[in-house]
This record gives sequence, structure tokens and C-alpha cells, in this order.
Amino acid sequence: MATQTAPTRARPASDPSRSPRRVGFSQRLGKWDVKLSPYLYISPFFIIFAITGLFPLIYTGWVSLHDWDLLGGQGDFVGFENFTQVLGQAYFWKALRNTISIFLWSSVPQVIAAIVIAAMLDANLRAKTFWRMGVLLPYVVAPVAVALVFSKMFADDSGLINTVLENIGLSPVGWHSEAMPAHVAIATMVNFRWTGYNTLIFLAAMQAIPRDLYEAAVIDGASRWRQFISITIPMLRPTIIFVVLTSTIGGLQIYDEPRMYDQMGQGGNDRQWLTVTLYLYELGWRNTNLGRAAAVAWLLFMIIVVFAVANYLITRRIASDSAPKQRRVAGRNPR
Amino acid sequence: MRTTRKRALALTAGIAGIALVATGCSSGSDDEGGDDAGSGDSDEKITLTISTFNEWGYEPLLEQYMDENPSITIEHNKFGTSNEARDQFNTSLAAGSGLADVVGIEIDWMTEVMQYSDQFTDLASDSVEGRWQDWKVGQATTPDGKLVGYGTDIGPEGIAYRSDLFAAAGLPTDRAEVAELFGGEDATWDDFFAVGEQFAAASEVPFYDSGAAVYQGMVNQLEAAYETPGTDEVIATENADVKDIYDTIMAHTELSAGLQQWGEDWNNSFQTDGFAVMLAPSWMLGVIEGQAEGVEGWDIADVFPGGGGNWGGSFLTVPAQSKYPEEAKALADWLTAPEQQLVAFQTSGNFPSQVEAQESEEIKAITNEFFNDAPIGEIFATRAAAVTVAPYKGANYFPINDAMAQAINRVEVDGTDDATSSWDKWVAEVEAIG
Repeated sequence: MATQTAPTRARPASDPSRSPRRVGFSQRLGKWDVKLSPYLYISPFFIIFAITGLFPLIYTGWVSLHDWDLLGGQGDFVGFENFTQVLGQAYFWKALRNTISIFLWSSVPQVIAAIVIAAMLDANLRAKTFWRMGVLLPYVVAPVAVALVFSKMFADDSGLINTVLENIGLSPVGWHSEAMPAHVAIATMVNFRWTGYNTLIFLAAMQAIPRDLYEAAVIDGASRWRQFISITIPMLRPTIIFVVLTSTIGGLQIYDEPRMYDQMGQGGNDRQWLTVTLYLYELGWRNTNLGRAAAVAWLLFMIIVVFAVANYLITRRIASDSAPKQRRVAGRNPR
Repeated sequence: MRTTRKRALALTAGIAGIALVATGCSSGSDDEGGDDAGSGDSDEKITLTISTFNEWGYEPLLEQYMDENPSITIEHNKFGTSNEARDQFNTSLAAGSGLADVVGIEIDWMTEVMQYSDQFTDLASDSVEGRWQDWKVGQATTPDGKLVGYGTDIGPEGIAYRSDLFAAAGLPTDRAEVAELFGGEDATWDDFFAVGEQFAAASEVPFYDSGAAVYQGMVNQLEAAYETPGTDEVIATENADVKDIYDTIMAHTELSAGLQQWGEDWNNSFQTDGFAVMLAPSWMLGVIEGQAEGVEGWDIADVFPGGGGNWGGSFLTVPAQSKYPEEAKALADWLTAPEQQLVAFQTSGNFPSQVEAQESEEIKAITNEFFNDAPIGEIFATRAAAVTVAPYKGANYFPINDAMAQAINRVEVDGTDDATSSWDKWVAEVEAIG
């Protein structure tokens, strides 16, 4: 702020002594270039975002306030009736419960596993690139293909997993008939796909941690575990926040995996694995009630905002008690 | 000098970036119009798409059509279930793009489609005059006389059974005797369930595959199950007949294998002696044959409880968004001609809806090797003649019926509910739809 106010004050004083018209056009062009170019460079994102993000968001809000049929189009203005209707449906709450449950079953183990795997990959390994590429392989597989394979493995009577369970003397699990096992199965698909991706992000962040910190810790007699807890984790804080935020947004919008989990794609006979996005699709495209689907979309948006803020607040506290100043200074060092 | 050039370069790059993104957008939306955008420029070669579901027996026919019309390439998109096909249909119709040039539609959701008849090409032409029975044409004709779809098949139902499992349980195996066992011409649902009890007493194998499937057979014999004809008022939850059928199914869950039709376990159960009997509309033969490949003993009896039944049957339509409506119409016309539907019947058992095909001599000669050389042409012709009820299916038929299948599966497959609580959930769902 201080640097901005200074020149404006100086300008009126210097103006009378110089003729402003003498300033060459190319010089002015250069000034504009300096001032405007940065905005121009980042503008594609914001232009695209306004078209594909902001406009649909607002328009969806507009749709949610109307009777709106998928094929028939706009109907009467109904205020918040769609919202009250949706909030009164047992399926909406079931969908919310399932979504949060699947989100927890996927995000929590995923982030923990990703950090641990990244820490192992960060150690001195032979054929480093091979292992690092290896963890990313599942990410290359299309989610629908993953879902097809996993839903065969998780079939209730004839699936591989239940067969194995029975062979080792355990009772088979109702992967489709019971809600919680269904959530675990779907979370497994998500974890299969995304753990490697997050591992690489954590790995990149770990390699940016200055090695002298570890050397100092070793001299102080810190064990590997102590180093991990007291150096690695605190230094990863911004990355953890990033990963947790993206997996929150992704996890709450989960669609492909539950959609493909059985042949009908309706989230189960008793909606055991109906997620909010599946419910949105069901309302809008199966029952052609776009107004109600838009209301669900807005509710989902608000839920994601709440979750993201809550997660941000929680993850920000990671190791924030221990010497925050040092960490901040150290964080800038590697550059 | 160097810095200005760099700057100019960067500026150009920025502008080019925006331009790229902008053009990327526009070409992206063009692509959605159809995969054939590239080939559309030349008049010579065109690609037609056709979407069907389950098994329609069209593969050899489409090959033949491409051979006869070298300028046309056909892409066949086959959905696993009618539900999936309907989802995709709704989405693409609303989006205004993405539908195939020729779209297969099942009778259960045809009424819904008829509401948007302006989105379809009028298919009326002299060549299809008198091709079908009037009731079949009526289902696809708007009040002002526009023909939206060409009838493909109908689904007269027989009873498919495993003769080897019947033998093991001490029941007759010959298909004529089995027909008699189920009650012959006056077969009733009580007979059906009685045979089930008899079978269950002597065998470990469940009698039929799915209660929801048996429900489907029974509900298709009601004239107006869920909606009042004309007004489309939803009466599903008050209809005593529907409740009766539901209660009957619920009273016989011990005869059911508790499988969900089209599900993974259902698919696999064909290979593991999962059940002995299935209500089989003609098009189901192709499904059974595909799933039960290598299994011996399937046969089909010329009998159906409650006086004949029709399950399913479909239409081919040409959406207005098609780029080649004329060519698509010609393809649909050709596919639904009696000769072609006879081939489809031979391939997958889809019984032709065409009068000429139903009455032809060829159809009587058609047998099916997989079903112990059963004269399926003759059997399904009799089954089709036994159908007396053309059930009314209004705009909400599909979601209500679908919810009912789930209600039965909740009890039979998942065990999450008992008969009463599952019924209550269904009522709540129907109220949310209506």
C-alpha cells in the first residue's frame, strides 16, 4: 500500500515543470504493458471461469427458484419451494449421509497413506523413477473402468472378495446390500485412483524441505520418526491444506464410482450408496425436475463451502503451536 | 531491445492463448453435434449411429446394411439396461445433441417420449402402411397423426425352465408336459406358485430368479396399474390390484433366488445353477443364451399364468436433432421390415411386431438350438395370441414401476426392509414423483 500512495502524491508536484504531451507514445505503451500485461496473462483463467463457473452457478440459482422441467423448460417462479421440497425428502438426507461417509472413508485414509508412501519414496531407493511412476499408474485408468472392475470384485454372491473371505472362514459382507460396506467399497475405488496422485504432490513438497534441517535434527539425536513428525509434517502444511481442500471438493462431488457400482446406477434399492450428485442427477434427468435438481446443486455448493472452510481451519492448526515464526522463515529459504 | 522483444513475444503469447482458448471452446461445441462432423463435409460417406439396449439381435443386420450401402457406416451403441438407455435419452434430448440418429425406445417410457413428439421426425410413409397391428402403431402416433416410432418387437411371455433341474426334482421335463404342469391354457398364478412349492420341496435350487421379475409379469396383465387412462392421474398407491400382486410376491420370497435382474450376481447365477425358472418374454431368450453359455438344459414352455402376458417391446425413432434424418429413417424402415425382424428373432429371440412376420410360414419353422430345439416361432406366436390386455402406461409409468422393482428388491435382495416398510417407502417415492 505504501508504495502505491507515494507516486500519486509526487505526480502533481512534478507535472507543471514538464510537458505531459512530450511523453512518447511508445513510452506510454510500455507503461500500459507493464501495468496491464500481468492481468492479461492471468485473464484467460478468469474469463473461462466466468463463462464455465460463475455464470452456471448464478443461472443454477435462477433455475432453482422456478418450476423447471428438463425437457419442457422454464415454468412458474416458486421462490424457495424447491429447497423446502428437497430438504423434506428422506433421500436427500440419506444422500448427504452417504456422501459424507464415503468422503471420510476415502479422504482420511488417502491423505495419511499418501504422506506415508511419499515419505518412503523420499528415502534413498533404487530405481526411484520406477517406483514414483508406479504409484501414479492407477490414476491413468479411467474411473469408469476402475468402477467396473471393482464392482465385479465386490459382487455380493459371486464376487472375488467375498469368495476369498469365505475361503478363509469369514462370513461374506453385503457389499451392495448394506450401506457401510458399500461406502467402504466405493471409497476403495477412490483411494485406488487418487492415493498415488496425492503421493506425488506430497513427494514434491518433501523434496523442497531443506536437508540441513534434517542434518541438524540428526546431530541433535532425533529419530526418523521424530524427524517425520517434527520436520516433515509441519513443513508440509501448505501442501496438506491444498490436498485436503481438493479432496474435499472432489469427495463431496463423487459421482462416477457410485454411479457405476451397480447396473442400475441409482445408488442401490434402498439408496445405500446414493450420493448427493447421484440424487441431483436422479431428480433432474430421471424425473426431469430440473428446478429441484438445481436446488440440490446449490445446497451441495453451500455444503462444500462449509466443509472446505472447516477443513482449512482444522488443517491450519497442524503444528501451528510449535514455533510458527521459524517455520515461516524456513519455508522461504529453499527458493 | 532484448527485453522489449521478449515483452512483445509474451504479449503475443498471451493474446494467442486467449484466442486459442476461445476457438477451443467453439470447436468443442461443434464436436458435440456428432462424431461424424468430419465426414459430413463430403456427400459420399456418412456415419449413422443407432442406440439400443439389452439384446436386439441387430448385429448381423447392421453388417448386412453396411454391405448393401457402402457409403454408410453404422455405429451401434448398446446400453446394458433400458434404464440406462432412458437416462441417456433424457440427458441428450434436453441438451439438444448427443442422441443417436436412430434411437431405440422401450414401450414403458414411450408415453413420456410422446410428450415431446415435436423433437422427432415424422416417420409416416407408404412403405410402412399396415406393417403392424393398430394398437402397436397407436402407441407411437400423436393425436394429430404423426408417427414417432417404428415398432420393432413385442414381448409375449412364456416360461423358460431348466429341464435338468426339473428332472432332479422329479418334475416332468418335456416342454408340453411342463406346460400342462403349470396349468396349460388355463394356467393361473396360483398354479405357478404351487409348482414352485412342489419344486422347492424336492430341490435345493431356488425356483425363480427374482420376485421383481415375476411382479413385472403380473403387473403387465393389469389394464391400468398406476395411472388413470386419459387424465394420467396417479392411482398407483390406492390400486388394490397392485397391492395384491405385491403381497403375493412378498408371500413367496422363499421361492425366489433373491437376485436383482441385470445385476452382477444375476449375470453370474446363470453359470452356477442359481435358479430353475424364469418368466421369459421372447427377447429374454437372447439374454439367457448369452449369460448361460455352455449350460445345458434350458427349455421353454408354451404356457403363461393369468392368460398371456406381454413384457416390453420397443420402437425405433429418429430424433429431429439427427443430421441425416432421411438416411436414418431409411435405416429404421429397413430394420423394422418383416424380413429383417425375422432375422432378429432368429438371432436373439425378439418376437416381431410386424403382422406379416407373425403370420409368415418362416416364423413357424424357426427353432432355437440352445433351448433344446424348441419351436420358438410357434410358441411365441401362440403366446402373442394369448395376450388380451394392452396395459395403459402413462407419463409416470416408468419411474413408478422402477421404484416398485426396488421396493421388492429391498426385501428380497438386500434385506434392508420388511414387506411393510418397503411398501411405505415406495408410497413415499410415488408421492414425490406425482
